[in-house]
Amino acid sequence: MDDYTLRELMTIAAARQINDGAIIFCGTGISMVAAMAAKHINAPNSTIFFETGAIDSVLEELPLAVADPRVMYYTAVNGGLIDSFGYMQNRKTGKQVVGVIGAAQIDCYGNLNSTVIGDYHKPKVRFSGSGGACDVASFVDNSIIFMQHEKRKFVNKVDYLTSPGWLDGGDSRERAGLPGKGPSKVITNMAIMGFDKVTRKMVLENYYPGITPEKILENMEFEVDISQASELSPPTRDEIKILREKCDPQGLIIGR
Amino acid sequence: MTTRSEKLMDLSTAISTFVSDGCHLSIGGFTVNRNPMAAVYEIIRQKKRKIHLYAHSNGQGVDELVGGGCVDRIEIAYGGNGRFAPTCIRFKRAVQEGSLLVEDYSNYQMTLRFLAGAMGVPCLPTRSSLGTDIFNKWGFSRELREQDPKLPNEKMVAADNPFGGWADTEKLVFVPAINPDVTIIHVQQADELGTSQIQGLPMADVEQAKAAKHLIVTCEKLVSSHEMKSQSDANQIPHFCVDAVVHVPGGAYPTACYNYYDYDPMFLNDYKKFASDDAMFAKYLNEYIHLVKNHQERLDIAGEERLAVIAADPRTGYAVNLDRK
Repeated sequence: MDDYTLRELMTIAAARQINDGAIIFCGTGISMVAAMAAKHINAPNSTIFFETGAIDSVLEELPLAVADPRVMYYTAVNGGLIDSFGYMQNRKTGKQVVGVIGAAQIDCYGNLNSTVIGDYHKPKVRFSGSGGACDVASFVDNSIIFMQHEKRKFVNKVDYLTSPGWLDGGDSRERAGLPGKGPSKVITNMAIMGFDKVTRKMVLENYYPGITPEKILENMEFEVDISQASELSPPTRDEIKILREKCDPQGLIIGR
Repeated sequence: MTTRSEKLMDLSTAISTFVSDGCHLSIGGFTVNRNPMAAVYEIIRQKKRKIHLYAHSNGQGVDELVGGGCVDRIEIAYGGNGRFAPTCIRFKRAVQEGSLLVEDYSNYQMTLRFLAGAMGVPCLPTRSSLGTDIFNKWGFSRELREQDPKLPNEKMVAADNPFGGWADTEKLVFVPAINPDVTIIHVQQADELGTSQIQGLPMADVEQAKAAKHLIVTCEKLVSSHEMKSQSDANQIPHFCVDAVVHVPGGAYPTACYNYYDYDPMFLNDYKKFASDDAMFAKYLNEYIHLVKNHQERLDIAGEERLAVIAADPRTGYAVNLDRK
């Protein structure tokens, strides 16, 4: 299948990372579409939940915010914020939670900024802030980060560290006292990145068809190891069909 | 003992009685859902100033209060409105211009802070934010904190687990309780005494409500205490927490109220245009808020046709097939 956009491939790439039976925490936008795609394609027994407290919503229509009334219909439980963040730390359910988050900036250890560009006290640009992202990134063992692959977003140092990744690499995260593990994957409109098991530095795992590792490096401030990278298989006809027809038929998030 | 007739009041009286210049206020709801918008508009109309606002992820309500010039300081986790405004527009401008002082927390931390307030304890622990700038950087200086008796002297405090390494935890972050002077929430159903029922997701409204010194409840439907008591499993807030009950149908508009109406995507897109330009926003404040007497008149501007389009479908609780582009 070659009639697809990079945004669609990035959504499918994230969906493929989700194991069947996972409890998927997702935010707004593309992460929500990826979670829905996973449930329709490769992880039918997974459960989607939102920080607002909605568990296993049927999602007949695509929500445009995690508090959209579309997340409240036909759920297993409509709880509150206090419950939803509890599931991420609870000794029984916490290990099964996959967090899907995004940000404005990321560094080579997967630390994220969604708060400000420039000085915190006199910001050049103010963003929304953490929401639940810092909590998810702090608590869960398995998180997937969505990013647009641009040099101004893959930076040597984030202007503000909103959500913890592997902090300074090595065992620094554990030493800081954080419970979960750092991020497992970074999924962009060009590539899938992972993290080295010892240094915890970002490495290139897969580049998308038509994108070279060199182009990926040109779009980042910092260097990553590309020696082990391979090309990602394109989406199948079925994956694209399900994405377009079942997950976002109005094209509200994936466009077209 | 407050009697029924004393609690049941109109919105203008509730706001002028409980919301004062410089007060510490929290509002319920989350991004595009169940923000107490009628109350927000009344606060703007009454030109309340220098408010210290607490919110976790309120979108529209926060942005309009900030845009309306009512807020000096805010403690918040998320200032966005879903796809309609990834970052709330007037909030963004005010922070960049330096007219709004922000203290950043995470959503869970803000929720724990309201819960601590509701429980009557000074703080609650979490492990969220260790090693981050949410922990390391303070929006409010120590000096400002020490000057204001309503603020704790620390933003948050890390300490060793007092139970040693119990539960595999070495370190904890303690976040301080919030006890707002007044919390305002909008609910689907309440009685004259204040017993309240939220349908769909309660978000953190229940914690915010119980943490407050004064609580204003606006409701879609005012029902008898007998009717409330016969659905007690569905109710969340008992009457003795409530100081004012205001019957305001459409009180969350233009945000959604589950089982009653959806958010108004057309208005939220218009708002984006108004908010992006200072002159247009001034005109908006004047025409949609200051020159409007009450929320019914605001709903009249939206018009019956628009309200019919966003009316909730009884099966799903939202407007099915609503054009949300």
